[in-house]
Amino acid sequence: MLKITALHQIHLSLGARMIQFAGWQMPLQYTSIPEEHRSVRESAGLFDLSHMGEIRLQGKGVFHSVQRLVTNDLAHLNPGEVLYTPMCNSQGGIVDDLLVYRTDQEDFLLVVNAANTEKDYAWIEKQGRGEAKVENLTDEFSLIALQGPRAEEILTELTDLNLSQLLYYHFTQARVKGVNALLSRTGYTGEDGFELCLVSQEAAKLWNALLRAGKPYGLKPIGLGARDTLRLEMGYRLHGNDIDETTSPFEAALGWTVKLSKGDFIGREALEEQTKEGIRRKLIGFQMESRIAPRKGYALFVKELKIGEVTSGSFSPTLQKGIGLGYVDLQHTSPGSSISVGIRGENYPARIVPLPFLTPRINRIGRPCMQK
Amino acid sequence: MYPEGLKYAKTHEWLKVEDNEGKVGITYYAQDHLGDITFVELPQVGAELIKGKSFGTVESFKAVSEFYAPVSGKVVQVNKGLRDNPELLNQDPYGQGWILVVEIANPAEMEELLSPGDYEQWVKQQEEVE
Repeated sequence: MLKITALHQIHLSLGARMIQFAGWQMPLQYTSIPEEHRSVRESAGLFDLSHMGEIRLQGKGVFHSVQRLVTNDLAHLNPGEVLYTPMCNSQGGIVDDLLVYRTDQEDFLLVVNAANTEKDYAWIEKQGRGEAKVENLTDEFSLIALQGPRAEEILTELTDLNLSQLLYYHFTQARVKGVNALLSRTGYTGEDGFELCLVSQEAAKLWNALLRAGKPYGLKPIGLGARDTLRLEMGYRLHGNDIDETTSPFEAALGWTVKLSKGDFIGREALEEQTKEGIRRKLIGFQMESRIAPRKGYALFVKELKIGEVTSGSFSPTLQKGIGLGYVDLQHTSPGSSISVGIRGENYPARIVPLPFLTPRINRIGRPCMQK
Repeated sequence: MYPEGLKYAKTHEWLKVEDNEGKVGITYYAQDHLGDITFVELPQVGAELIKGKSFGTVESFKAVSEFYAPVSGKVVQVNKGLRDNPELLNQDPYGQGWILVVEIANPAEMEELLSPGDYEQWVKQQEEVE
């Protein structure tokens, strides 16, 4: 059975083309992927992300339980702050990557990938939670993202909060057009923006209010198609494509999310070993010389030598070129190097480039992107 | 959606005949089905098309597909504008989104092509299969 979000009828009435994604029926696009992509980069976009999982852990000792589950360090995470982190298995492979919201000293909300929600919940339960209570709240909550350079102006129309006080990767309880929501300054687009987590009964009301308030600013509903091109331009890894249980955070060039100094956590031993023994492959970004799109599974070459494989790829609406992420042998990771991509039996030229492909525009909030 | 005066292939290309030449493009259904087109690879002028065989590649955000020749013959003109603006295939499939002009080698081949009405029926059948 395919699941539908609380906004399903709205998507249909907006004329969305729907697709199956991780067991959910979700909007792929409302008008056109490049048009929606441009809206988010130039004005603003509204996303239904209610397929994402929400897992709440609360109770005595839960700080240590969560600290053990993830590779990043929660010790300096204050209530009201959000942290991006992988959650690894004992081999150092990435079970999922997620956002940790600390609502209180011993109260955490994990926002996880839709395809992994059930797996994550089972994994967390299996690791032992002591006295903590673990709840999968995915079916009760909806998640709406408002992203783009006009996002703050739009949201200001609907709330009394002084949004300039809400820093990147921080959250607060908010009333937005009479609806209670957990409001964070987070996103997956590289633009300034917010994510609103709220009970599903109120989702339609909030969505419609946002869409109406945003109209004069050029706000458009955005489907998963543009969500993917937006995240790819920022080099954000997608679990199931660019990272999975066979890739480690070091291989995925997410070493900044592994804090070996924080004490014990699942996967620590394997990851520590990798810092000593080294890794053999690493995730890189590359840009094609033309509009041709690399796609998952295509081979990467230096001259005739196969050096790796594409894990994500697309035409970039901003750069007007094909771009991709992939793993290559460690000796071939230098930015600027010429490589080629095997596409339908021919090799097409590309160049390794530093990630992200575009400069994120969220620095003005006072913190550089993704840094902790 | 399927203008009169054009002939249609079941593989979703159209052919507009003028004397012994035929202009070729893809149909409204084809471009809608592919979604936003991002890249095309086309043959050179002088290349020989063979009816029913692939003559080029088209990429959209979600799919990779091929163009199939509605008739056989030599390519006499290629729409170079598509290289930098492949979205013309979406925006104006029967106008600025034309793909190439072919010198029709065997006019009898055109008998197998469909009228707008028959093509529309064909498209409806395809949609039911989905």
